[in-house]
Amino acid sequence: MTGLIVLVTGVTRFLGSALAGRLAENPAVDRVIGVDAALPEPAARSRMGGADFARVDIRNPLVARVIEAAGVDTVVHASASSTPASSAARSMAKEMNVLGTMQLLAACQRSESVRNLIVRSTGAVYGASSRDPAIFTEEMSARSVPPSGTGRDAIDIEAYVRGFGRRRPDVRIAVPRLAEVIGPTVVTPLTRYFALSPAVPMVLGRDARLQLVHEMDAVGVLEHLALGDFSGTVNVAGDGAIMLAQAIHRAGRVPLPVPSLALDGLSRAVNTLRLGGFSPSQVKLLSAGRMLDTSRLRTEVGFHPRFSTVEAFDDFAATLRPALAPATVRRVEVRIAGALGAPAMPDGLAASRANMQKGSVDVIDALPDLLPRPDEVGDAGTIGDELPTGRPRLVGIAGDAAGTPRRRRTR
Amino acid sequence: MASTDVPAGRRGPGPPAAAAGKANQPPFASTQPATRAELPPVPPAETGWKRNVAGSLAFVRRRLTGDYEVDDFGYDPDFTDHVVEPPLRLLYEKWFRIEALGLEHISDTGGALLVANHSGTIAIDALMAAVAVREHHPQHRALRMLGADLIFQTPFLGPIIRKTGSTLACNPDAERLLSSGELVSVFPEGFKGVGKPYSQRYKLQRFGRGGFVTAALKTGVPIIPVSIVGAEEIYPLIGNIKPLARALGFPYFPVTPTFPLLGPLGAIPLPSKWIIEFGEPIPTDIYPEHAAEDPMVVFNLTDRVRETIQQTLYRLLLRRGHPFLG
Repeated sequence: MTGLIVLVTGVTRFLGSALAGRLAENPAVDRVIGVDAALPEPAARSRMGGADFARVDIRNPLVARVIEAAGVDTVVHASASSTPASSAARSMAKEMNVLGTMQLLAACQRSESVRNLIVRSTGAVYGASSRDPAIFTEEMSARSVPPSGTGRDAIDIEAYVRGFGRRRPDVRIAVPRLAEVIGPTVVTPLTRYFALSPAVPMVLGRDARLQLVHEMDAVGVLEHLALGDFSGTVNVAGDGAIMLAQAIHRAGRVPLPVPSLALDGLSRAVNTLRLGGFSPSQVKLLSAGRMLDTSRLRTEVGFHPRFSTVEAFDDFAATLRPALAPATVRRVEVRIAGALGAPAMPDGLAASRANMQKGSVDVIDALPDLLPRPDEVGDAGTIGDELPTGRPRLVGIAGDAAGTPRRRRTR
Repeated sequence: MASTDVPAGRRGPGPPAAAAGKANQPPFASTQPATRAELPPVPPAETGWKRNVAGSLAFVRRRLTGDYEVDDFGYDPDFTDHVVEPPLRLLYEKWFRIEALGLEHISDTGGALLVANHSGTIAIDALMAAVAVREHHPQHRALRMLGADLIFQTPFLGPIIRKTGSTLACNPDAERLLSSGELVSVFPEGFKGVGKPYSQRYKLQRFGRGGFVTAALKTGVPIIPVSIVGAEEIYPLIGNIKPLARALGFPYFPVTPTFPLLGPLGAIPLPSKWIIEFGEPIPTDIYPEHAAEDPMVVFNLTDRVRETIQQTLYRLLLRRGHPFLG
């Protein structure tokens, strides 16, 4: 059997270009054709590696000719349900997402050669409300269908894909529902939101669970699905949750609780002052938590994300310049403690875990080794400097995140 | 940070402990490890406030740097133990003087479904049951409460309740928690129980549709009936302003002898004497595999749990005597 001929859409964006590059290196793949309506920038082009590029808008019937001419057997629609990089691109995104998918599916339906179809979807199809279960499995559906936005689009796209599946039962269809993608390279509204500094707005009186998937895991799962034999819908997300406020703190920022009615005004002010941008609707969406059950991903698909949610976020946060560094917080803590004559507690979560059972009073007896020696207590400054501050820095995998991620992020 | 207030506040309530601690060496006076080893397991209270200060500072630091963990449901043990539990513990011990009976019926590991009666206008009883298990069970287990969607919709309250480990009362969440070996508490009476008039006190309301029994049957965990006496008297509900409740979207708008008459003061619960009894576990793994789909089994089990709680309530009421002097 000869290798696969893969068509990847959306190669101007991170996910498409990185996937095209990964597939091109894979010995099971003969040829990779990346398509997009615009020319990929040098960074995206270099990520594509040995993949070919064809400048085709997927809303144009020309894409059918490309599929036909190259004898494409695997189509990876990586640009479906991609989040627009700016709120102004929202209507454009709907156009690209929904209409682009319809055209692409029409082209695939005509094609004799297409045998595998991978359409990227998003966890937003489940919606998120206080009446929903805490964790969504693939069988659940949105109790409150979002009237517009990425979630609504993704629901439409999945419906078209199901329709395609009925008409072409011979094609294997895999629909991964990705949690929010994050990482040092990718640019999404979420990464722009966390890049606001020093304060990040969030809805007053709300805090919600976020679940993230690292950009390399997102690429990995698309590759895995393109080459594998899984057909059906599968949730893709890193392990565990991170709270929105926690994420803002971990990024070295301060959450700014804003009444949801005032969000629009603040957003306009921030945009006018050119301090960055965020969309009020996105902040409101973030205030309802959503978690995906990833047991199918592990058991049936056989893919294990390398990054947990928190690790993925930390990998992204390492590219940001913190406005409030953990070391600063630690120094202030040690100083206040010193001024009050109380020894500061050892750093890290281990201490809090140990006292969880007994309450904070017993922690010193529970952890005698971690306790600073009394003679050290006098010199408060040294404790903070000696103890390891901050979190373990995650280094990029497979050389993908190497180099200077900050420069790559500018487009 | 109000760190200067902390020592004064913390020093206040513990004169007996401070007296006991005077006999011991202060832990930081000596550098010899030998002396540290000789210290009794009870920490000397002289430096207790310092530890509290250090603990509070460390907690604030963990919050500011995001150095804590939450589980998939949003349960945040660090927050719960340091912010939510301390005031509840005071309420539990000093205000309601709660006696927790039958904690040995809760196993040290593995899932169990705790089914309790619900009362008291505001659902403090759910929190107190959680404190009982967290503080007084030998393994200090966390009790994951199942709540109505109204709670999670409410700003401020919703996120905090989620951080304490609660989640929406629905079968997928309940079964997921139970099968991962958690203790789950459920209050099948719901708002019918909390919002019932004082004249109906200790009369169990309808037990929902038996969804909790289905969850226990599907996961094979035991059901532990929990009877809570005392919560009915904390805010005796003598009236319900229905139009106001409808306008605000509440299930009821309570009128108690002190609320809304005394305004915010009416929010102080009356200091009734409480008894919480954890009953004998009712096994559910003895039923055949598809028992959860057999309505007869579900109804019978529901009735049995309800009857057990009702009978225990009558027994505990006799034992307690006077509602406030107990």
